[in-house]
Amino acid sequence: MSVNDAITVTGLRKSFGRTAALDGLDLTVRAGEVHGFLGPNGAGKSTTLRILLGLLRPDAGRVTVLGRDPWRDATELHRHLAYVPGDVVLWPTLSGGETIDLLGRLRGGIDEGRRRDLVERFELDETKKGKAYSKGNRQKVALVAALASEAPLLVLDEPTAGLDPLMEEVFQRELSALRAAGRTTLLSSHILSEVERACDRVSIVRSGRVVDTGSLDDLRHLTRTRVHAVLRRPPTAAEASAWAGVHEVVLDGDALSCAVDAEHLGDLVAALGRRGVTGLTCRPPTLEELFLARYQSVGPARAVAEQPA
Amino acid sequence: MTTGAAPVAETSRPAPWVSRLAGTASLLRLAGRRDRMLVPSSVLGLVVLAVGSAQATLALYPTDAAASQGLGALLANPSVVALYGPLPSPTADALAVVKTVMMGAFLTAVLGFVVVRRHTRTEEDEGRFELLGSGVVGRWAPLVAAVALASAAVLAAGVLSGLGLAALGMDPTGSAAFAIAWLTAGLATVGVSAVVVQLASTSRGAAGLGFGFLAAAFAVRAAADSAASGTWTHALGWVSPLGWAGRVEPYGADRLWVLGMGLATLVGGVAAGVALLDRRDLGAGLLPVRVGPRRAAPALRGPLSLVVRLARGTVIGWGVGMVLGGVLIGSLLGAVADMGRDPAVRDLLEKLGGTTGAFEDVYVAAEVHVVGAAVAGMGVALVLRLVSAERTGLGELVLAAPTARARWFGAHVILPVVLSAGLMAVLGLAIGLVGPTVAPAAPGVGACVGACLAVLPAVWVVVGVATLLAGARPRLAPFAWGVLLVTFLVSEVGPLIDLPTWLLDLSPFTHPSSLPAGSFEVLPAVVLTAVAAALVALGVLAYRRRDAA
Repeated sequence: MSVNDAITVTGLRKSFGRTAALDGLDLTVRAGEVHGFLGPNGAGKSTTLRILLGLLRPDAGRVTVLGRDPWRDATELHRHLAYVPGDVVLWPTLSGGETIDLLGRLRGGIDEGRRRDLVERFELDETKKGKAYSKGNRQKVALVAALASEAPLLVLDEPTAGLDPLMEEVFQRELSALRAAGRTTLLSSHILSEVERACDRVSIVRSGRVVDTGSLDDLRHLTRTRVHAVLRRPPTAAEASAWAGVHEVVLDGDALSCAVDAEHLGDLVAALGRRGVTGLTCRPPTLEELFLARYQSVGPARAVAEQPA
Repeated sequence: MTTGAAPVAETSRPAPWVSRLAGTASLLRLAGRRDRMLVPSSVLGLVVLAVGSAQATLALYPTDAAASQGLGALLANPSVVALYGPLPSPTADALAVVKTVMMGAFLTAVLGFVVVRRHTRTEEDEGRFELLGSGVVGRWAPLVAAVALASAAVLAAGVLSGLGLAALGMDPTGSAAFAIAWLTAGLATVGVSAVVVQLASTSRGAAGLGFGFLAAAFAVRAAADSAASGTWTHALGWVSPLGWAGRVEPYGADRLWVLGMGLATLVGGVAAGVALLDRRDLGAGLLPVRVGPRRAAPALRGPLSLVVRLARGTVIGWGVGMVLGGVLIGSLLGAVADMGRDPAVRDLLEKLGGTTGAFEDVYVAAEVHVVGAAVAGMGVALVLRLVSAERTGLGELVLAAPTARARWFGAHVILPVVLSAGLMAVLGLAIGLVGPTVAPAAPGVGACVGACLAVLPAVWVVVGVATLLAGARPRLAPFAWGVLLVTFLVSEVGPLIDLPTWLLDLSPFTHPSSLPAGSFEVLPAVVLTAVAAALVALGVLAYRRRDAA
């Protein structure tokens, strides 16, 4: 473990009855980064976050958050941490303003200026009772309470679910401000564009394990680039498919579309050059493609393994 | 569609009643599936209560002659009349059900209300109706399904109990009347519940209104039954569904026609309920949701202050209830004193070795015992809020802050422990202030407050059981209600039906000193308090070791 890591998790396991929610999960979040925690529903994201908060007790594995064991030192750890749960529930009889104040005071105080700014920016009506808020507005209450804190680590579980696009934009700006201020954020999400925009590094979790982790650039190197070229002398589809590292060839007249492994991109460009390129677009894989690729590559085998005997 | 566009006015006309009932059968099956433990076990418990205690009483007093002696002992205790209603006839059959008619009618009414609320306002409050309502489900369907299930539960409890009593060889007409006493109270309460769940916009608010209604119904009939027949106060008993149950007088007057009042209330209540349903939005009550303050009061800053703030309505409601209850109990002391001056009763009491001087004291002790059990119920409800906060995710918000688990947990224990003490003190104060104004020999403020506080260790043991369950096995925590109910029934009915001593000793409610009638014994109070403390300590230990989300 490095002192620069805000969170280190190794071999984390957690079962609920017979269901294994986490199956040897590893995760490292460096201090000062915005780390995307990606995965489909039921992959174990929220379980992981609750273990990081010390709300659930791990069955096996080592967990260190800000240098502490979250199960043993939960209270002390929470002085340095702010959390937005995935499904925000508010006390039906407390107003939004009361809830923000309460959560702030529980954490040992709230920055009045930031609180005011955030309420304004998120256009939150603080006088409504918890019962009267829509999902998005409940989310805003929890976000304001977390963002107004001075905590060096923020744990956000799908914080923008329910926010409208304008508010999502506000959230993105707050996230950038957090990074600029050197605070660490662990952002669980399945909204890929949000993660792609905001995160320094991502971890992709599937069936209770992290199947990939690294910066987006790192992940892209492991994945194919989409190439679309218009050629004076197009090859046949069979010829193109025979080129090293080239896949999914589609030939439509003089237009060639294909995917190419990152290490063979140079070879492909050279080959295309010899055939007289009149138009060329190269698109690195989107996070969505990365994500789907990770799932499809490990998908069938695990899906079989998950079948009940 | 072969016809042209429907006129606009078509859409604003109410749907035909058939379509407003669409899906009722499916919802009824769903409700039955969800309650497949709650309803059968409650019905079984009620039947066992009626038949079991009747059988045990008949074994003790097999003949009418033997019964009239036991009857004398009962009549001599005025709290019995206030709590259980008058004795319909001096027969063994009547004695066999004297306590279970009213107690069972009350519990049947509670069952009816709980089932209606569970499947209407609670579902709506927690947002599950939205999911159902988007299907082919008529506006009336949830209420009608809930009322049907609740009525079926009430019907099963009443009819099976009546059949069981008849099977013991008791008078068939009287047994039918017994069933009708329970049915009248239960069905009328189901009707009232159909309205109550439309009025409050939250499940908890509906619970406050519903239990408030039942408490008021009980208080009215207690006052009415304590008054002499023919007086205005006595006639007041006819406005309370629980009063109706008592006035069926099974194995006496056998007024079977009283069932008509229960049925009329059921039909009227459901009609009013669906009329209100047609006039309100999903999720809304009759009162609009009020806005709250922009900022929190400075006092709201920790787990305990949060728990107290959230229980504000409970604290106020129970405080008012205790004052009213104390005033009622105190003012009935006048009638109690009159009864004590009756030479026949004095004679009987002396023969039985009773203490004639402490007539008013015996009455206060018995009433305080019952109110103590109700306060224990409030304590269980407050402890269980920890479990519901955990289930909904509210606990997560607090525990993700630097709040030690033990403090969050402890806040849910400290409030009921302290509040129960405060409420009992208020009750004692009210009885002690009002009693002596109507009966010179009534116990004073000091004696009454002492009597109320003496029950507290038993209340705390029940709170401790709830705490242990909430800490160790949150999914089993609702069983604390069962523990409360069984231990209370054992202490109330047990001595009458000669339950073995060891069984009686298991109930915390049999141990506290019966003040102001007897003398205060230190040992039981200390032992009960120690047991309660141990249960709480075990609960905290278990809670610190388990998952909290």
